[in-house]
Amino acid sequence: MKKIILNAGFLLLAVASMAQSDKYVNAMKANIAQLDSMVVKQNSVELANNFERIAEAEKTQWLPYYYAAYCTVIQAMVSQDKSKNDDIADKAQQLIAKADSINGKENSETDVIKAMISIAHMVVDPQSRYMTYGPEYQALIEESEALDSTNPRPALLQAQNTFYTPEQFGGGKDAAKPFFEKAKALDDKFKPETDLSPNWGKSAINYFLSQYK
Amino acid sequence: MAALMVISFKVNAQVKISGKVTDKHDKGIAGVSISIKDSYDGATSDSSGNYSFITTEKGAHLLQTTAMGYKSYDENINIAQTSLHINISLKEEITELKAVVISAGTFEASDQKRASALSPIDIVTTASANADITGALKTLPGTQQVGESEGLFVRGGTAEESKIFIDGTLVNKFFYTSEPQLATRGRFNPFLFKGTIFSSGGYSALYGQALSSVLLLESIDLPERTSADFGISYLAANAGLQKLSKNKKSSWGFTYAYTNLALAFGIIKQKQDYFRIPVINEGDANFRIKTSATGILKYFGSFSTTNLGLRNQDVDSLTMKDAFGLKNFYIYHNLSWRETIGKGWKLNTGVAYSNNKDDISNELQDSENKKQSPADSIFAYKNFQLSNRDNYFNAKIVFEKKLLSLSAIRFGSEYNYSNEKTTFTEYNGMQYPQIIKENLFSGFAETDVYLTNDIAAKIGVRTEHSQLLDKWNLAPRMSVAYKFQDKGQLSLAYGIFYENPDRKYLPSNAQLHFSQATHYIAQYQKISNERIFRAEIFYKKYKDLIKTGLSNYNTIVAINNNGFGDAKGIEFFWRDKKTIKNLDYWVSYSYLDTKRDFLNYPYSIEPPFATKHTASLVVKEFVTKMKTQFNGSYTFATGRPYYDINYDYTNNKYKIFDQGHTKSYNDISLSINYLPDIGKTNAKKFTVFVLSVSNVFGFNKIYTYNYSANNMRKLAVTPPSKRFIYLGCFISFGIDRSQDEINNHL
Repeated sequence: MKKIILNAGFLLLAVASMAQSDKYVNAMKANIAQLDSMVVKQNSVELANNFERIAEAEKTQWLPYYYAAYCTVIQAMVSQDKSKNDDIADKAQQLIAKADSINGKENSETDVIKAMISIAHMVVDPQSRYMTYGPEYQALIEESEALDSTNPRPALLQAQNTFYTPEQFGGGKDAAKPFFEKAKALDDKFKPETDLSPNWGKSAINYFLSQYK
Repeated sequence: MAALMVISFKVNAQVKISGKVTDKHDKGIAGVSISIKDSYDGATSDSSGNYSFITTEKGAHLLQTTAMGYKSYDENINIAQTSLHINISLKEEITELKAVVISAGTFEASDQKRASALSPIDIVTTASANADITGALKTLPGTQQVGESEGLFVRGGTAEESKIFIDGTLVNKFFYTSEPQLATRGRFNPFLFKGTIFSSGGYSALYGQALSSVLLLESIDLPERTSADFGISYLAANAGLQKLSKNKKSSWGFTYAYTNLALAFGIIKQKQDYFRIPVINEGDANFRIKTSATGILKYFGSFSTTNLGLRNQDVDSLTMKDAFGLKNFYIYHNLSWRETIGKGWKLNTGVAYSNNKDDISNELQDSENKKQSPADSIFAYKNFQLSNRDNYFNAKIVFEKKLLSLSAIRFGSEYNYSNEKTTFTEYNGMQYPQIIKENLFSGFAETDVYLTNDIAAKIGVRTEHSQLLDKWNLAPRMSVAYKFQDKGQLSLAYGIFYENPDRKYLPSNAQLHFSQATHYIAQYQKISNERIFRAEIFYKKYKDLIKTGLSNYNTIVAINNNGFGDAKGIEFFWRDKKTIKNLDYWVSYSYLDTKRDFLNYPYSIEPPFATKHTASLVVKEFVTKMKTQFNGSYTFATGRPYYDINYDYTNNKYKIFDQGHTKSYNDISLSINYLPDIGKTNAKKFTVFVLSVSNVFGFNKIYTYNYSANNMRKLAVTPPSKRFIYLGCFISFGIDRSQDEINNHL
């Protein structure tokens, strides 16, 4: 009897621990699946909170912090009211800093998020802020590409940023096209490290490329 | 068997937790995160503030609520079998962005305060300003259009009633030495400063000795990058270098500028005829060191030499001229340090030293420019020399302690030393030297109290002791602000302001004391998304103003403090950067009703440096396609009163022999800035071309009138030329540090 209970105990433990990592994977997958539609469905706040809860509960995983930061900074990119951008960008910065500290250093993906944070700060008052945030954004894009040349996301960010920059400033639809094409080429070949690793951007790339037909 | 039972137990325990999150007005807050600590379970509140989620946790847990802009809230809960209904009320976080701003009487602009007036770019692109700081401030409400004399004339006060501070310490000779019938510029380049606070009344206890207003300039910290800067125009050429260290923790730099108005005066005819074309040599040097993550030590030093000579029509004779010659040498040093000194304490301290030498000569000349020495006393005294040797030392220290949220207390002291030696050489060679020294000690304390994001108060007190007057003063300062739900704000300010008698009228045998002004200000302001509306109503009561008389040497000296006066008015300001794309414009209107009896006024009159209505419209439009910014300004002011006040020897007192009002003042100025390098990523250079024309339509401007000693003639005081055209180019070559950043990270 004792042996059966002991074995059952171990079984429970095994089941419990498998269930926990299953829990983590399932929860992450469920939320990651909603990333592509969050701008349209306007539920990026909810997703950011979901990821943050997972991150705070797990404590040792960088990915939930990364996604929480991504869903947070996206709010600043799409919002019409620029006055909240600094607060939103600061919150995203706190989250991505936690991701970096869990990893011990930045990586190509967290650099993309930090580049988005720079843009969020800059658009609040471009005339006075581009001198500070412009070079910062540029440096982060270049570092992201240097850290992982197969990552399509720095190219995608650069493409979108160029698309919305006035022509006279070196931007515009035509100037952005080569960046979108580069992003598409990289995205087609991109192999994420794990099922949960960042792999977003395909729908944005396809949407923008469709603007050129 | 037992194991199976345990498993089935776990699967069935699901409890629903729901409720509503509201703010203090019982309005639902959307986007709030409600979660169980260390669990995945939680939810986000919807647009009405309602939330709901299922949890499998059991027992005692912490329910955490967080939302941007609000203080987090935690509640201990016990999860059993029944569902929980928990409503949460959140308190707003008091943040700088949301908090009410104590702004009565103040225009503040810095990188953080985006809303209101003048950044350095604003100053340089305000068409009528000619890149002069006070020139740009004259388009804001509260300032008067006094074109013949330098300084800020605010709400019925003279230029001496407005003081200027750099990094907290007083600047004594902010403007170039006075020339007759000309308003000289400020000595400092607007790009030295990252922040300006212009207070037209009711300012903080940290500042004193200004009956009307203070202008607070904050110098830039570290530059963005190493750069070499060059400028050339047909008036001047300048070159400079700013080096930022590799670790971005320190910088140093210097600039040299040479100004020669020969070409300018050749092209633009001046009213005065110049026997020494103005030549100015200037240089400055700086270093900035970050003493820690939060502290910075800054040094700025500059020198300047001026040499000019001009002839004005003499007011007492149709045929004669006053030839005014000036040689000036000026140096200024400013060292400041700010640092966080643990446990929420901040230290801000600075010292400044300046030395000013003026050698002025005035000579009466005939139409052939030959010196005349008539015996007649009216004319004899027009030949003179004046030399000034001034030394100033100013120091200030402020301690600040942050209390809850944004509340703070600060206190400190200030020391102002001045030693001014004047030697007046009469036409007959007699010399009259004079030294006036002053040691002024001040202490002050102030507290900012933020009760909520909606109510804030600033209460302060300042005390000063003047060794020259041998007197003390004690001045209360207070202001309070309340923010309405629609983001409008109401501020009230009250304060007493003391000032020493103007040095011009010293030394005096009379027992003088401080002049005093009491301010009462009420302001309504609404800032929303790149638009600001502001209305302000004020009342200033002047007491103990200086009255002057003739001394035994026929010079003008202060005789008592029996002067008085008042100023009241209402001002409006509207700035809009949003309605029309790429267009930034502002409108300001000031109504001023003021009277005073001071100096040699025989009774209380409307002073000649104030007028009833002043209005400005400033427009800036950036045309992206052309990479060019177009700026225009229109300023209007009703005529200023002018008086012939002279000593009536018959009745032994001053009398107004004649008076009038000038015609109204109009000015339309335009300027264009072309920036060919704007928007280029990784641009190695940044170029700006500037073309500006003041008084484009050539309106005739008469500032005031000067009367002859016999009261028979008056001469209009007008600008030196109808229009002024400026054409210049500035290039900044930068060393982009982004490659360094990548290298540091890899």
